[in-house]
Amino acid sequence: MGHLKNITMYYFFKRPVFWVFKGPKTINMALLALCCLSFHGKGIGQEVPVPLDQDSILPINLAEVIVIAPIYKDMEHRSYQKPLATLDGYLESSQKVSMIKRGAYAWEPMINDMASERLSVTIDGMRIFGACTDRMDPVTSYVDVSNLSNVHVASGQQGAKMGNAIGGALDMRLEKSGFVQTDWKSAVETGFESNNNARIYGYELNYASDSFYVDSDIIYRDADNYISGDGEEVAYSQFTKYNVSLNTGVKFSESQKLLASFIFDEAKDVGYPALPMDVSLARAFIGSLSWVQDTFLGDLYEWETKIYANSITHIMDDSQRPDVPIRMDMPGWSDTYGFYSQARLQSGGHKWLFKWDGFYNKSLAEMTMYPNNPNEASMFMLTWPDVRTLNTGLFAENTMAFENSVLIIAGRISAQGTNVANEFGRNSLRIFYHSMEQTQARFLKSLSTEYRYTFKNVELVNGVSYGDRAPSVSEAFGFYLFNSFDNHDYIGDPNLKNEGALELKSKISLPFKNGKIGAEGNFFHTQNYILGEIDPTLSTMTIGADGVKIYRNLEYANLFNVSINGVWDMSKNLKYNGLVSYHRGVDQDSRNLPFISPLTYSTSFRYSLPKFSASLSLRGAADQVNFNSEFGEDSTSAYNVVSLSVAKTFFISDDRLDAQVGVENLFDTYYSTYTDWNNIPRMGRNIYLTLSYAIN
Amino acid sequence: MKTIKFLLVTLAVAILFNSCSDDNDDPVIVQENPLSEMNRLTTLSANNHTIELYSENTDFTVGYNMFYYRIKDESTDTYLSNAQITVNPLMHMTSMTHSCPKSAISKMEDDTIYMGYAVFQMPGNADEYWELNMEYTLDGETYAISERIDVGMPEDGFKRVQSFIGADDKRYIVAMIPFEPEVKVNAFSAMVFQMENMMNFPIVEGYTLGIDPRMPSMGNHSSPNNENLTFDSSTGKYNGKLSLTMTGYWKINLQLFNKQGDVLKGEPVTDENEASSLYFELEF
Repeated sequence: MGHLKNITMYYFFKRPVFWVFKGPKTINMALLALCCLSFHGKGIGQEVPVPLDQDSILPINLAEVIVIAPIYKDMEHRSYQKPLATLDGYLESSQKVSMIKRGAYAWEPMINDMASERLSVTIDGMRIFGACTDRMDPVTSYVDVSNLSNVHVASGQQGAKMGNAIGGALDMRLEKSGFVQTDWKSAVETGFESNNNARIYGYELNYASDSFYVDSDIIYRDADNYISGDGEEVAYSQFTKYNVSLNTGVKFSESQKLLASFIFDEAKDVGYPALPMDVSLARAFIGSLSWVQDTFLGDLYEWETKIYANSITHIMDDSQRPDVPIRMDMPGWSDTYGFYSQARLQSGGHKWLFKWDGFYNKSLAEMTMYPNNPNEASMFMLTWPDVRTLNTGLFAENTMAFENSVLIIAGRISAQGTNVANEFGRNSLRIFYHSMEQTQARFLKSLSTEYRYTFKNVELVNGVSYGDRAPSVSEAFGFYLFNSFDNHDYIGDPNLKNEGALELKSKISLPFKNGKIGAEGNFFHTQNYILGEIDPTLSTMTIGADGVKIYRNLEYANLFNVSINGVWDMSKNLKYNGLVSYHRGVDQDSRNLPFISPLTYSTSFRYSLPKFSASLSLRGAADQVNFNSEFGEDSTSAYNVVSLSVAKTFFISDDRLDAQVGVENLFDTYYSTYTDWNNIPRMGRNIYLTLSYAIN
Repeated sequence: MKTIKFLLVTLAVAILFNSCSDDNDDPVIVQENPLSEMNRLTTLSANNHTIELYSENTDFTVGYNMFYYRIKDESTDTYLSNAQITVNPLMHMTSMTHSCPKSAISKMEDDTIYMGYAVFQMPGNADEYWELNMEYTLDGETYAISERIDVGMPEDGFKRVQSFIGADDKRYIVAMIPFEPEVKVNAFSAMVFQMENMMNFPIVEGYTLGIDPRMPSMGNHSSPNNENLTFDSSTGKYNGKLSLTMTGYWKINLQLFNKQGDVLKGEPVTDENEASSLYFELEF
């Protein structure tokens, strides 16, 4: 597989430029200055502070909730948000999440500059794992905004409730009508985007009464290749996807509810311009059943038990690529079955949350290469050797409230066993690890403390925590996984030690007359940080690859994230947000870690009236100075991107029509960010229009 | 209780019936025949004896062949266990006659079965052919028997034996011992013979056979953790480890080193040199 670093490998077509103004440097500088002058205000994200405990005395929280569902529409007119954006778009606009892009679809979320293997990504608490060895199907690609109400982003060990992770947790929460007397409701949504000719159609039909509800929705997205800021078409950036979901609940008594959810998601003909292969099919079946009871044994309350299962099929292929050194198929499968049961307890000044959870995952991926000589046998290997992972853990969280402060102590212990079930795969790995056992067991732990303090409206949060994680399937058992970024084949190491991180965090929030300014920082000292290291003795498998890397435990790595954000209510209707963040990540030899953000900033103005709103926003980054060339990174140039949108709500008898028009990348800037795989350029100017018609 | 009894009886009858029918269908001897998995390549008849020749292959093929022999006394219809056998294949070429590397014939656990290998360096053709010459001694009496055999190239056409003149001007034959390749670290063996003259091919001892497996269809990549083949005096074979990281066609590039470590044949594979002149091939 060749690498696509060379930009000439894209197919470019000139297209008419209808906006001549290309955002000259002076304008960009002016905008930047404006941003800096204005108290580093808060970002364009749509974060709503949601307290962990509803009656907590302090609203401040380190977690971030990305609101998606229209249920919030009534709270505030959300013109600053593109209603039918992909989930990836929503996540990207958040303060805490950044997205690795390999194309226009299926971006990979990162929290604290840490990606999939260091995060716990869940759907309504369900563990689910992508089936692609090349991380082309992050879990977030198997849901759609149509069936989500919000995404809960927890940083570091604050996410330990969801599973063992270092960087944090991302829980995508499904939208549920709940047991409210709303009767039948339906809505039609449609959207169009000019840049990649994206067509979006959605429909939802909900019924709710005080003892039963059912929510159903379907959404279809179809996009062609997008066009970058210099007017050139980025080949293989098309995608087609549809998602169907069904949520239902039955109330058996005032305190007993049975809930069920089902999601079917299928993406076809998905291009990955940054990679040498595309995806012909990515399909997920996701289902769960849960029992919710207000009271439980003794003084326990809010008891919730869920069982779930999901199954993913992911087919990578290169049939659309005209020129490849060798044809290949790379299908992968990931099935997960799991459960959790949680309850709360209150005694004296202590509030407890107890959770017991477990999952069983099967990950299998294969690779078949077809030699150019048709008489030769095809070449077959197992890239994920049917790895079965069984994990079960106990989590407890204790919240103690004092007069001006809250102390939260949380812990998790988990046991994880893995079994390399396939003999062919075991023998393959034993080429490298002669005495590799078929099974292995690991114990994982997490302990965190967080102290929130309020003094004369100044809010302060400090936390110390430690948590570890087991190596991912690829890191432990991957067999010749090609990474097109650093152009190396990767081989797992089953003997890797657990990666453990000591995390320090601090946040301060200072309110002033018409707004708030906050600063937040965290520091991760990660021991046994897992990263691929070159083994010069090994021969590459992939044609054209530069070498072979084996996942190793570095002695340690240090990651440092700091951000300043602010909100300013300039008038009753005009709001200003700003955010500046800085990140740094190095290993024990001061080598830069890959995918560490340079200085980034975002700022926005929002004007809102009850039925009308408008927004103007800018995001940008400074030059990427600290990059990891061993990982294929180079310095990404600074950029500024401006977007604006206008939204209006109409009422037609009882029905409601929301219309929004917006322009993203107004000045058609050509840019790519540090998260763009192989520096593929981002989308150029894009005009979008969305209409949402709700029938009550 | 009654039902259980009935079931047990039915089961017993079924087992009984089954075993009976087995006995009736097949002669006992075939059941115990260790050669049942083998292919009978030829039968030689003379001196009131029938000599059966078996192989794991379906044909006489170029390369290393392990043959299994049985001698049946036609008068008593029994297989004989007291024979001394020697086998000497001869290649009748238009200009000369030569033999090939071969082993002495030994007995297996079942002492009516004799075994020994032969390494055919070349196939026969219309004008040149191999002849199997066999001598066996029974109760002090020696019998001779010979038959022309058709030795062909293996069906896949892959190289499993190579004869050459080494850097020391001696003639060598290197043969791969057939095995079932898998994606794993395979036990891998070969034999090295020196051609002293037309008839004598002694085993070469103490040399080293360097291996470098490559996939020419995949950028000529190699595999890790191979072990060169070294001599095992107890078996006369060169044993090593062959790592195959995927299925498909592999070229096992070879280099033959003498006791001093001098290269007698074969070149290292480099970016400039795609393959060694000494190699084996396999596909799975």
